Amino acid sequence: MSDALYHDRIVALAKSRAGAGRLAAPTASARRDNPLCGDRVTMDVRLDEQGHMTELAHEVRGCALCQASAVALAARAQGRAKSDLDALRREIEAVLNGTADGEGDFAAFAPVRAYRSRHDCVILPFEALKAALNGS
Amino acid sequence: MSFDVASLRRQFPILARSVNGTALHYLDNGASAQTPNAVLDAVRTYETTARANVLRGVHALAEAATEAYENARADVARFLGVADDEVIFTGGCTAAINLVAQSYGSLLKPGDEIVLSVLEHHSNIVPWYQVAQRAGLKLRPLPVTDDGRIDVQALPSVVNDRTRLISVAHVSNVTGAVADVAAIVAAARAVGAKVMLDGAQRAPHGPIDLPALGVDFYAFAGHKAYGPNGIGVLWGRKELLEAMPPFMGGGSMIGSVTFEHITWAPPPRRFEAGTPPIGPAIGLGAACRWMQDLDWTAVGSHEMGLTQRLMDGLADVKSARLIGPQGLQGRLPVVSFVLDNVHPHDTAQILDSFGVAVRAGHHCAQPLMDRFDITGTTRACIAPYNDNSDVDALLAGVREAVRRFA
Repeated sequence: MSDALYHDRIVALAKSRAGAGRLAAPTASARRDNPLCGDRVTMDVRLDEQGHMTELAHEVRGCALCQASAVALAARAQGRAKSDLDALRREIEAVLNGTADGEGDFAAFAPVRAYRSRHDCVILPFEALKAALNGS
Repeated sequence: MSFDVASLRRQFPILARSVNGTALHYLDNGASAQTPNAVLDAVRTYETTARANVLRGVHALAEAATEAYENARADVARFLGVADDEVIFTGGCTAAINLVAQSYGSLLKPGDEIVLSVLEHHSNIVPWYQVAQRAGLKLRPLPVTDDGRIDVQALPSVVNDRTRLISVAHVSNVTGAVADVAAIVAAARAVGAKVMLDGAQRAPHGPIDLPALGVDFYAFAGHKAYGPNGIGVLWGRKELLEAMPPFMGGGSMIGSVTFEHITWAPPPRRFEAGTPPIGPAIGLGAACRWMQDLDWTAVGSHEMGLTQRLMDGLADVKSARLIGPQGLQGRLPVVSFVLDNVHPHDTAQILDSFGVAVRAGHHCAQPLMDRFDITGTTRACIAPYNDNSDVDALLAGVREAVRRFA
């Protein structure tokens, strides 16, 4: 079953570490921990004057699903209005709940649907970005 | 002496099931062990022939329930080598530690110190933190050595005349290291302090001679020791228990009640307010009898043989690193490891696809994770019913995890 979960795209996203690191001068930043497993995600975001997310970076101390999610989220959020995060969050939750296929790399998370205990791994980067934007 | 693991495995019905189309290889025993027929039968017998409340009723079922409940207490006492009336049934090991923290802790004064080790499970940190915050106590951490043991060399620098209690894990739930209890008791006695052991990871590996250990309190969980969920044990020296106030109020724990004045029942009832977990207690009694009937020289040799097989197999995996003692000396079969570039949850998920159940994460021991600068480990805990196929399946899964992620 883990073959389905850790399919090539998920592993590739996690290993790519695209967008990994910290921004030199983020507009907003936040860290979120998963108290149950100890995973930790820090999201940095730079916003322009119109509230668009012009640059994102993530630092993940977590599993492959969490790493892949951070990469996919940063890519999808790039250039979007910060108010779009809610829609991205609803989209990934719909993928996890099985009510939508998801666009782009969000679709790669469909196999996580069967593993309820791993849903939070995917959601943690979204929580961190939300906290960053709420604090900005 | 030979040990017939196949025969033992037949006593555990759950081991016959498959997982993900393959045999179940259950190595998450440190989180919850499996339950033999002897325990299931004892609980079923109570539920089907004697289900009633204890202590209060005079009818036949109540008499039978009370007798079974108190017999279970005697079984636990025999398992620990102590007197029946020093054994308190609790909701679990966490509840037992909280009982001591709240009750014994209420006797302490601001400035008094409690010594804990860096490898403690959160259940032996958080209750003391809560009491310390409220009562102005100070928590003093005992460091941990590079091989995952409580560093008893540090006792003289941590224990002093303000120390009232040293509370540590008998066996680490992460590293499997067995605490040097003699050194800890000696350090405590030198300053008049008490000693409590969290025996959650020790109790599943056979009877315990508490008088020989010389400690003052001992706690363990039923579900990790082949018993039911929802039951645990606190043992305490009688004179200490008699000096301690109740932890919870309710029925069964009183001497007399008026609105003006209440007196407490003697221990153990003083600490068993309300209807206790009767069926689980009876099941735990059966689990203690079941363990008592095993030849632990043979079982121990079997468990440690599997531990060596596991450690040897991990030594062949380049990216694997043990967190804890590197040999069998002074350890029990709780084995934690990390793999370079593979998160423990991903390792555990891959292992699940091999039918292997393990625990991954920080194991409720975050200070220890910080000590080793890791986020978590993958942990395999071996029980008497495990065999070579369980270890070999784990090693195959580890190799696959490395292939997939590293």
